[in-house]
Amino acid sequence: MTKESAAQPRVIYDRPKALLPLRMHYCPGCTHGLVHRLVAEVMDELELAERTVGIAPVGCAVFAYNYFDCDMIEAAHGRAPAVATGVKRVRPDLFVFTYQGDGDLASIGIAETIHAAARGEKISIIFINNAVYGMTGGQMAPTTLPGQKTTTTPYGRDPESDGNPLRVCELLSVLQGPAYIARVSVTNPRMVRQAKRSIRRAFQAQLDGLGFALVEVLSTCPTRWGMPPVEALTWLEENMVPYYPLKEFVVADALREKK
Amino acid sequence: MTVPRGERLLMRGNEAVAQAAMDAGCRAFFGYPITPQNQIPDYMAAHMPEVGGVFLQAESEVAAINMVYGASAAGVRVMTSSSSPGISLKQEGISYLAQAELPCVIVNIMRGGSGLGNIAPAQADYFQAVKGGGHGDYRTFVLAAWSVQELYDLTREAFEMADRYRNPVLLLGDAILGQMMEPVVIPEEVVDPAALPPKEWATTGAKGRPRNIVNSLYIEPSDLQEVNLRLQARYDEAARRDVQYETEDLEEAEIAVVAYGTAARVAVTAIAQARAAGIRVGLFRPISLYPFPSKEIAALADRVRAIWVVELSTGQFVEDVRLAVEGRCPVRFYGRTGGVVITPAEVLREIQHLAEESQG
Repeated sequence: MTKESAAQPRVIYDRPKALLPLRMHYCPGCTHGLVHRLVAEVMDELELAERTVGIAPVGCAVFAYNYFDCDMIEAAHGRAPAVATGVKRVRPDLFVFTYQGDGDLASIGIAETIHAAARGEKISIIFINNAVYGMTGGQMAPTTLPGQKTTTTPYGRDPESDGNPLRVCELLSVLQGPAYIARVSVTNPRMVRQAKRSIRRAFQAQLDGLGFALVEVLSTCPTRWGMPPVEALTWLEENMVPYYPLKEFVVADALREKK
Repeated sequence: MTVPRGERLLMRGNEAVAQAAMDAGCRAFFGYPITPQNQIPDYMAAHMPEVGGVFLQAESEVAAINMVYGASAAGVRVMTSSSSPGISLKQEGISYLAQAELPCVIVNIMRGGSGLGNIAPAQADYFQAVKGGGHGDYRTFVLAAWSVQELYDLTREAFEMADRYRNPVLLLGDAILGQMMEPVVIPEEVVDPAALPPKEWATTGAKGRPRNIVNSLYIEPSDLQEVNLRLQARYDEAARRDVQYETEDLEEAEIAVVAYGTAARVAVTAIAQARAAGIRVGLFRPISLYPFPSKEIAALADRVRAIWVVELSTGQFVEDVRLAVEGRCPVRFYGRTGGVVITPAEVLREIQHLAEESQG
């Protein structure tokens, strides 16, 4: 090894340009930061940052507007798809994505989600499903699993009284508007690479004017699940994946042809 | 369709609002059907495409106001319209719009309330309109028309005011004003949206400039206080610059009728009859309900024997009149509620009673 190459090491892994060098507020072991990074990497690869408007939710990702180096809007709880619709309809040249959690998207904002999907609104949604309300202290989410303990289901979610979890991808897949619907997870490097491929397809669907796109990312919440990060990854694989199967539910033909 | 300009034509109030919005450079409308304002979205659906604008029927009033939030953040002039129950649904979004300093125009063609109420004319949304409506420490500017022509003119003005103060402006009409047809003159001059000054704060893609963030979250209390005080300073400035009202026959008046919108329109007929019968009565009609013409009403209270407030509610607007009068003269109230409209005969009878009382 020469002196020169030691002084100038080859960079094989760096912070994406679209992600600002800030300390994030997320808990240790939370996968939000990882998904932020994937979104930013795809923004870089598609050179989108300068024409992007991102919409942040209410929930743990409420401060997402701080982290992405692009124009950002903070929306009311559940309303991000409506806000995104407003932006995209008046500025179709912009790339518009929302980043939402399960309470935001699947509970209080399910109407906005379904109708944006049904309209085939040309927006891309990153949907973080960690089966719990993180920000407010660990309450039941619309995606909390049967039997799962939360602060509002202290004896475990009982579908008889607490209702059943919502499978968002399956729900949206029967509509005509979506061009891309997929569920991924980020529990190991292979899954992370698959998640990034799906995010890229979801962004491409919008860029090609094909329609609505949503990527559901099964995510961990070690803090509210009450377990160490590695155990949380295992819990996700063993409990969430059987209930929320990982697959591409909708892929528009035009998107499939694109490698 | 080309609207004939510069000449008298017969137009429905709701349609005048829609045409005025497009003439003001509004190029996006998001709404949801509700009576009695349906001709506004209908007109927008038919004519927005002609000017290259966006019309979208949202899935709910909640979604519509949040689409307004997005479109406004993206820098365009944008409007939504609804009627009382629908305006209640929009309140969350209006609070966010105000805190995020986003301009827009919201039209409330008021109907009888509360609850589902009915579709008859009312002024029962006064508190909601002028006191904030949604949660938090904000106000919307409120303009109230009394004719179809004024609906047109104030709609245009509302867009200017919204942009000037970066704040939502609420235009109030009611089932009578929205539904009735009257002669109106549409001016030649229209606003070209492309010629409007650029909104440097808008989220339009951060090309060649630092990124913009549209936000209503300030986790540090001192930061939020700073923003709220900045908003308050704008409201104070509007109170100095943008108070609007009209008076009729007040010079020699001993009794002043204070009323806005449809109530004023009814009252003015009775006032003419009362004056013909020798009663010295005139009309003070606020056009801007927020900012409220407090100083002008206080000055009026100093020179009349009594003020008589007439409104289509059980007594909302009258509270602000009393606050302005501060006991300078008696303030009497007459109202109808639930969509029942006051008749000129009723107003005349009340004016006669009041005249007799104040003589005695």
